[in-house]
Amino acid sequence: MYRYDSFDQNMLADRVEQFRDQTARYLRGELSDAEFRPLRLQNGLYVQRLAPMLRVAIPYGMLESRQLRMLAQIARRYDKGYGHFSTRQNIQFNWPRLEDVPEILADLATVDMHAIQTSGNCIRNVTADQYSGVARDEVEDARPWCELIRQWSTFHPEFSFLPRKFKIAVSGSRSDRAAVKVHDIGLELLKNANGETGFRVLVGGGLGRTPLIGTVVREFLPADELLSYLEAILRVYNRAGRRDNIYKARIKILVKALGEQEFSARVEREWQDIRGRMDPVAPERMARIKACFPSQPYASIDAAASKDILTQQRAADRAFDRWLSRNVLEHRQPGYAIVTVSLKPTGIAPGDATDHQMEVVAELADAYSFGEIRVTHEQNLVLADVREDKLRELWHRLREAGLATPNIGLLTDIICCPGGDFCSLANAKSIPVAEAIQRRFDDLDYLHDLGEIELNISGCMNACGHHHVGHIGILGVDKKGAEFYQVLLGGSQGNQASLATILGPSFAHDAIPDVIAKILGLYVSRREQGETFLEFTRRVGIEPFRESVYAKPAQH
Amino acid sequence: MQNLLSTDGRVADDDWILLEKETPLQDAPAGDLIVPLALWRESRETLLGRDGRIGVLVYSDEQVEELDGQLEGLSIIALDFPVFSDGRSYSNARILRERMHYRGELRAVGDVLRDQIFLMRRCGFDSFALRADRPASLATTALTDFRHAYQQATIDPGTPLLTRSD
Repeated sequence: MYRYDSFDQNMLADRVEQFRDQTARYLRGELSDAEFRPLRLQNGLYVQRLAPMLRVAIPYGMLESRQLRMLAQIARRYDKGYGHFSTRQNIQFNWPRLEDVPEILADLATVDMHAIQTSGNCIRNVTADQYSGVARDEVEDARPWCELIRQWSTFHPEFSFLPRKFKIAVSGSRSDRAAVKVHDIGLELLKNANGETGFRVLVGGGLGRTPLIGTVVREFLPADELLSYLEAILRVYNRAGRRDNIYKARIKILVKALGEQEFSARVEREWQDIRGRMDPVAPERMARIKACFPSQPYASIDAAASKDILTQQRAADRAFDRWLSRNVLEHRQPGYAIVTVSLKPTGIAPGDATDHQMEVVAELADAYSFGEIRVTHEQNLVLADVREDKLRELWHRLREAGLATPNIGLLTDIICCPGGDFCSLANAKSIPVAEAIQRRFDDLDYLHDLGEIELNISGCMNACGHHHVGHIGILGVDKKGAEFYQVLLGGSQGNQASLATILGPSFAHDAIPDVIAKILGLYVSRREQGETFLEFTRRVGIEPFRESVYAKPAQH
Repeated sequence: MQNLLSTDGRVADDDWILLEKETPLQDAPAGDLIVPLALWRESRETLLGRDGRIGVLVYSDEQVEELDGQLEGLSIIALDFPVFSDGRSYSNARILRERMHYRGELRAVGDVLRDQIFLMRRCGFDSFALRADRPASLATTALTDFRHAYQQATIDPGTPLLTRSD
């Protein structure tokens, strides 16, 4: 876990004072709405449907227990006792008062947290694989590189007023869990033939109104050239990206307009110039960053014996067995496991956690997982370093707090944006749709039989709920003032990322559970042995689903 | 109202005359003159032969590279911010300073506001013509908004954290 040094703390303290002054000038009328807007956005402060919304940065999803306790305290003191973990591994508070925000930021700063660049047309909080450092298929830990990017991008003087927001994701494993193909820049860590670390660099992926898969602009960038290369990409974008139309301002549109070759050539020219001039990152600074992410001090455990015990425990308890099979993953360290804490129980907005739940997770992190917590872009929490022989104990305690729903990766583990209940951009509500689906499909045996299904819901085409890359995607649309929902099929994130296809005409809110039931019914009746839902949709295509869902009832 | 701020914190009146876009040269008043890049392109010789100092105004959709090899006769270059949220002039500034080695005065003009001055300064601007309704005296503290910087730019407050070896 990266620990702030005195310089990081000074930067943050200066920022808190700067924003306190900006807010005061705004409240005195010395700054207009238009002038204050980008300033507050770069501090994560939105003005929403009902109240301001404050988005707090959780860099690459990593939290210490003391930080999670502070988030709980903020939820209690300044909000309505809960927070919402977002698809960008951040947390959002929906009910703070504008006047309180400088105080909240000061409180956050006491635990080295902030809301810097969580919004606005700047380089946003960098995201990463939630299993960095513990995944079995890891090439190299992404977190030190994410931290380097965090520092480089913080208050970057040249790139604070880009044409549009800019998102960077880093994956350090062979299996992509950071959705690098649908980010403005996606970075995949890899090793070359000489064993040197580098990055495959993808540019121009993204969801939103124009969903696109990113294109590779460099197969192997030596790791120590990362910042000069990022600077070159950002400069080309800052200068040439469109500023006349907000919907055409993302870098993906520029890459498309120039063509991959011309875009890459421009980046190359810029890079050759910048790399000759830019001082390298000091080895001492990089070493310090890397030293913040050591392997945990794992106990040496008789892994075979603890597996045996686990096998007995799960044989004796169906519910525990279910939880293990869905929410617990193999760890790189023998005798340890990765636990996902589900924030998707039925009836709660996906990703929401109460102040009490946050405190419970912080306590459990201290007791079972070296005091660290990760936030996933699927809006769950992770305790990454749990001893296998403590899993049952941990499960009991999570259950007491409503945090052990055994549904990770299943239909009800829904990714969902805040939607029309909160967001002023939304066309339609999304949380009630998620709930209706969770209520309809509440039979655990059926859910486990269906297996891996990612269902993603966005309340508008800005796609915060990643509907384009859900195996099933649901998009809220406005139809003459009424809320309707488009259904999409066949999207996926990861190495084989694909964009979903629209099924057909949209549906009213209350029709959605039936539509999902028909889709699942077709899969269950026609799947081959061991075939996942995604594999099935890829094999049969969209047509059978169309026929099944839109079939006219027989005339009598 | 004085609305010119320079990097040493001095506040002054602006003595330069900024020629508006598409004003013909014959309409230009006498004195030190900043002209749009387009006019400079057309009438460079005439402008250099004129009494008084001369500078060029580069709009945010123009490229400073056009001035390559022409920096000698220029006393000032002004980069325009049509709205403060248009960030292109930050890149133009760094290219002028770092790639083209321009050493003369580099001025931010247009929608120039207190809250962007620290960033502008780091990209190499050394004078700031604040928007007419904003007295520069209220912006002097902006130059010291932050004690440090993480990343290297044209001007850094001390050694950037990422390149410090201590």
